[in-house]
This record gives sequence, C-alpha cells and structure tokens, in this order.
Amino acid sequence: MKTRDEIAQALSAAGYIADGELATAISLMQLLRRPLLLEGEAGVGKTEVAKALAKVHATELIRLQCYEGLDQSAALYEWNYQRQLLSIQAHRGADADAVEEQIFSERYLLERPLLAAIRRDKPPVLLIDEIDRADDEFEAFLLELLSDFQISIPELGTIRATSIPHVVVTSNGTRELSDALRRRCLYHYVDYPDVEREARIIMARIDGAGASLAMQIARMVEGVRKEELRKVPGVAETLDWAAALVGLDVKHLHDAPETVHETLMCLLKTQEDRARLTREVSARLLGRVA
Amino acid sequence: MSCCGASPDFEAADELSRLVSGKLAAFLRTLREAGFAVGLAEGQDAAAVLAAGYAARPGLLRTAFKHLFSARRSDWEKFDGIFDAFWLGKRVRSRSVTSGAAKAANNPSLKNLPDTRPRADGNTAADQIPSTEGADHDRRGEGRMEGASRAENIAETDFRNLADPAQIEQAHLAAERLARVMRTRLTRRDLARRRGYRLDLRRTIHGNISHGGVPITLVKRQRKEKPLRLVVLLDASGSMSMYTGVFLRFIHGVLDEFREAEAFLFHTRLAHVSDAMKESDAGRALDRLSIMAHGAGGGTRIGESLQTFNRWHAARVIHSRTCVMIVSDGYETGDAALLGREMAALGRRCRRIVWLNPMMGWQGYAPEARGIKAALPYVDLYAPANTLQSLTALEPYLARL
Repeated sequence: MKTRDEIAQALSAAGYIADGELATAISLMQLLRRPLLLEGEAGVGKTEVAKALAKVHATELIRLQCYEGLDQSAALYEWNYQRQLLSIQAHRGADADAVEEQIFSERYLLERPLLAAIRRDKPPVLLIDEIDRADDEFEAFLLELLSDFQISIPELGTIRATSIPHVVVTSNGTRELSDALRRRCLYHYVDYPDVEREARIIMARIDGAGASLAMQIARMVEGVRKEELRKVPGVAETLDWAAALVGLDVKHLHDAPETVHETLMCLLKTQEDRARLTREVSARLLGRVA
Repeated sequence: MSCCGASPDFEAADELSRLVSGKLAAFLRTLREAGFAVGLAEGQDAAAVLAAGYAARPGLLRTAFKHLFSARRSDWEKFDGIFDAFWLGKRVRSRSVTSGAAKAANNPSLKNLPDTRPRADGNTAADQIPSTEGADHDRRGEGRMEGASRAENIAETDFRNLADPAQIEQAHLAAERLARVMRTRLTRRDLARRRGYRLDLRRTIHGNISHGGVPITLVKRQRKEKPLRLVVLLDASGSMSMYTGVFLRFIHGVLDEFREAEAFLFHTRLAHVSDAMKESDAGRALDRLSIMAHGAGGGTRIGESLQTFNRWHAARVIHSRTCVMIVSDGYETGDAALLGREMAALGRRCRRIVWLNPMMGWQGYAPEARGIKAALPYVDLYAPANTLQSLTALEPYLARL
C-alpha cells in the first residue's frame, strides 16, 4: 500500500499529472476497497486515470467498454460453442457423461473482462468504461459483482475472486446512474485542468514541447474554452493540437498566427464552433496569451 | 498507514480523531439534510478513514470525505461549503443549492404558493430556512369540512378559480390520480405494439448442443423498446403561482409512476427536482422542494433556464424517446431571442416538445407575450392546461409517441 504523496509521484512518473484530490481518492480506494467512479466531460482524461493507475501498481489493465445491449456473455464469460460442437462430433458414440464433463470444463470457457479481472494472481486494474452507455439491468448485475466478487457459472459452480481488482468506473453522464451504484463507489469529478496543470500535461506527453510553448498553448486553450462553444475541447484535443504545433515546428504562437488559426481544427469538432472562432476571435485570444 | 506524514505527535492526532468521530454522526445528519445519500456503510468507512490518519489536516480530511460522501456532480460542488460550515464554522454561501440570487425577505417559498393541501402535520407557513421546520404550525385549511355537496364538476373548473381548500385538495388528488392512470395505459399500449424479431444464432446453437448441434428449438431476439421518458420543466414564477400547486402534484404523480421521468423547476434559475419529488408522500416531497426551489414566485428567465438545461442536463436526461413538457405561461423577463435559440437546440435533441400554457384556456387569450412567440415555432403541441379535463386530453397524444 502506498501513501498519498507516493501515489501522486508515481502517477506523474506514469505520465499522468493528477491534482491533489485524485491522489487522495486513489489512496482511499486502497484503504476502503471501494471502486472509484469518475465523472466529467468527454476528453478530460478519465480513462487515462485507469491506465496510469495500472502503471502505478505495475499491474495489468483489463478494460470493459460498455455499450447499449452489453450482456453477461460479452462481459463475463461464454462457452466456446464451436469447440464444444466439434468435440461432440468427434466423440460421437463415446460415453455421454464423459463428453459432457469434458465440454463444460475450463478449457471450453471463454473469459470475458469481468471474469478475467477476478481470476488474476496479482490484482489488476479493472476499467469499466462509460458505464452510462450500458443498460440499467447490466448496472444492477455489476453492482452485485462489485460487492461479492464472485461469479456463479451454472455448469461449473461458483468462482471466487483470487484477487480483488482495483475498479475504476467512468461515466460521461449520458444517463443518470442508479443511486445504489453511486453509493457503492468513491466519487471524483474530473474537471478541465487549470492552465498550469495543463501545461505540465502537455510537457509530459508531447516530446519537444518546451515550457514556454506548453504554457502558451494551455493559456490559448483556456481562452477557447471560455468562448461559447457547443463542444468544449478536452485535454485530448489540447494534446492533439500541441502535437500538431510541435510537428509544424512552431516555437512561439505569436510567430505563426496563421498556423495557429488553421490548426485550431484540432480543438473544434463541429462546423458551428469552427464558424464561431473566426480569424478575429483567434487573433484576440492569441493577443491575450502573451 | 499514515498518509499525511506530518503527524509527529501521535497522541494529539489520536485525540483529534476521537473528537472528530464524536461529531461524525452530527455531520452525517447535516449531509442527509442537504440531500446526500449517506448510509451506514459510509459512516463506517468514514470512521475507517479517520482511523487511518486522514484527520490530521482539515484539507486532507475534506478531500477524503468529499470522495466518500459525494455521489454526483451537484454533491461534489456543494460539499466543500457544507464541510467548512460544519467543521470550520464558516458560513455556507453561494455553494449550496438553496442559496442563490433570491432575496430572502420578499421571496415566498413554494409552500407559500396556493398549495394549501391540509396535511396531518399542518401547513408550515412561508419559511425560508429549513431548520425552523415545524416551528410554526398554522392550519390554513380551517374551513375544509364543508361537505361533499360543494364537490361539483371540478374537472372543468379553471384551477385559479378554486379557492376553497377542500376543492384544491380534490384537484390535487385528481391530478395525481390522472398521472397514475396515464402511466398504466401508456405501458400497456407499449407492450401490445411490440413486434419484430430476429434469430439469435449464438443462443440457438448453444441451446441445441444437446441435439448435437441440429437447430431444433430456435431462440429469437426481441427488440427492446425504450420506454417513453417524460421530462417536465415547470415554471414556478410569480405569474404562474395560481397553477404551480396543482402541477407539482401532477408531476409528483408522474414521477412516481413513470419508470423514466425527470422533473425540473425553473423561475430565474433551473433546479433539478426529481430526487425531491420521488419522496412517496406528496406533502414531504413539497417540503423538500421548498428548500430547493428558493426564490420561486419571482420573475421568469425561461431562456437562461433552458440554456442551463441544454448545457448540463440534456445529454443525461434526454434520449430518442423523450417528450419534453414545458409548463409555463411564456412571460419571459429575460432575453426572448435566447429563448428561441435554446428552444431550437432542445428541439433538435428530443422527440417532442409539449408546451402547456394555463393561460390558453382563458377567454380572449392570444399568444402575444414575447417569450411564447419566440418559442412557438419549435413546439410540437401547444395546449391549454388550466383544467383537469385539459390535462386528461393530453394522454392520447403522449401514447402515440
């Protein structure tokens, strides 16, 4: 178990620049053995938290991407029907019990993320991404799994967790989550980073981005976020933009206002927003960066 | 483990955490009153957090508790204020939901509006501060035992003409009953309409392993229909005060019965009130509301409220089978152009927009108000809603969605 300061250091070593609150949340995750629920706008780095956490614990990351209609067979386990059928055909005429015994053994079981996560020797990080996209029913099922950490497979019996995974749940807020799930989890709201932190993120992630350029980019993005946009750019977009500017060999934003304006498409993802940020607006924003 | 490092004097830290534990129960109660869903498990975990040495620094403890007790963004945002107020003795200011632009002195709370439903515990008169609840019980429904003879055809009476508390009570009950009936009918129609299936190949093979893989019994897949979701935005401004009471009861019934429904209240600001309205007892629900809807009865900024809705709530509460029901008279005190823009944005998102305007039932009323003029082009159904009958008339429309 690591202390809070160690976690903050380990996170930044893993390339994730966390605020102090997140480090506390992760230390609480260890202490209370609760899942961590991350909410926030798209692109603020929710998924990255889980990836960084896996690096901090030097363990495997198991990811379950949720979508509408996700069910147990895609999330938990499934029998390998094709192999089972082959085996039945091959053993035609053999003892029926023996065949049955064989085809419902572990060899014919396909592990899906949730089952995989509780059967590792070393506790992995289990990332349940965009839980709000899954159905209510799946949420209820997940809740059961997260409290008991055991799974029962009718043909095989109950499988208990060999290790309790570190669970990170993310939500984009397209649907209201159930109170039960919310109560089960520690909550952290991931906000857009402030200028200084965003600059540090850029420096940590983009090779060749110097301190002054990173600071300018972060200030510029902050300005863009304050404009009335339909889709506010997230950290992922900032990184794209920074990579583009570095790739185009821009050293100072003021030296290349044209390039800055033309590469803004990395930040703005709808036609409306693109139209709103005219040359004048981008020049005004650039003026404030200084 | 000590996560704070700097606690050289272990005895003192121990002393401190004992002190904090003593007040923990009171803090949990404060949180519950502020609308946090805090149960026994959280209390135990909080004790575990204290035991682990998080209490050594107030900042650290606040962060730890914030993660533990918050469950949603609104909790997250108001937590720091509540924590500081409780532990550090600072006054809660703009952070919490209850405060805001409202001026306490001349803003009646919701219970002040003509919702004079007499309850067993009496109607507390206008109180702004939740903690004085129950301090003054004055029974406004004194003359409610006037007998059944007055209960004439209430269905066609305009709500604003209901003066007698007994009649109002009846109207409220009827509104709630109506909401329940709507729910059951809608569901049954939904089921009867279900059709269309396709073969589920995987399950079919699995199910027929016992036949050696020859598909004898077929497994089919049915499309799951999303149930209709109703999102109600209720105008609680001064000009609507005649109707707010009845509609609150209607919404309470709707939320109780629809599996998927959300309610918002707006006047100068927008408040998400689904949680408060889900209280099964209508009276208690209204009590909780009055705490949240501070400032009701003033002007209306429909445009700004819709902007808030579109920006923060729409993605979460609106899906492809959502009907947004706005109950308002359309007297916009803000910017009418903004209202038009936001209505257009809302129209793009949801299936139908129903605008209920109680004034429409009045004789000689024409939609002249700036707000309603700006909004009307985006409204799919514009209907009166000043009597129970007109509310009932909505149901077939909703069933068709």
